[in-house]
Amino acid sequence: MNATRVSYTLDSTLASVNKAEQAVAEVAAKSGFDEDECGRIALAVREATVNAVLHGNRYDPTKRVTVSFESIPDSLTITVRDEGPGLDTRLIPDPLAPENLLKQSGRGIFLIRAFMDEVRFRTMSPGTEITMIKFVRGADRDGNKEANQ
Amino acid sequence: MTMKASSRQVDGVTIVDLSGRITLGEGSVVLRDTVKDLSTQGHKKILLNLGDVTYIDSSGIGELVSAFTSVRNAGGELKLLNLTKKVHDLLQITKLYTVFDISDDEASAINSFNR
Repeated sequence: MNATRVSYTLDSTLASVNKAEQAVAEVAAKSGFDEDECGRIALAVREATVNAVLHGNRYDPTKRVTVSFESIPDSLTITVRDEGPGLDTRLIPDPLAPENLLKQSGRGIFLIRAFMDEVRFRTMSPGTEITMIKFVRGADRDGNKEANQ
Repeated sequence: MTMKASSRQVDGVTIVDLSGRITLGEGSVVLRDTVKDLSTQGHKKILLNLGDVTYIDSSGIGELVSAFTSVRNAGGELKLLNLTKKVHDLLQITKLYTVFDISDDEASAINSFNR
């Protein structure tokens, strides 16, 4: 099975966010996702990297963000890791709740979950790691093509 | 691509033509400053033309929401014009499509302020 793995160690800056977004868009296109899906994957990675830079590392120049891509024929897995104080996802408010609808922030993780097929958070020491998986259309979560079912 | 904003007046409505990306950083700041300046100058009817906005992230969505509430709190109205499919989809997913007054036709949007 062919697999492509790429990993970037990035500074805690907005330039890193743009770099991660651009890199995943290229990887997603090569992985067989259509233009709309590439846009959604790129946005999910942008949001995850913004969280890592802004809320995780808080722009700390001594901390790094690690972004990794693993592309196999049926899926693309992206991991974004920061060195911040950690994130308790249970405390993230629902941005669709009426009382939160007009809040300025709090939609990033919601969009990641909306656009990716699987999303997992892992508490590291230090930091948070988010793993996002997108399956190529027609493949199920075990990597089998629907046509083969 | 950086974001650009230019405004024009049509029948008492201030139309802000936005182009580029509304994302964390420069794009969000341009939108925030533009709407803030218009509000300070007393503009109460603001129509954001998003037809040339190629990309928006959660920060950009937040900036649209913030612009909407700040104009409304100042006694004005802020509406949206010409959403691209990407922006339309994002506003739908985030349930903000029902919050904003959205139009695909500039003349209709202008008339809607004057009802």
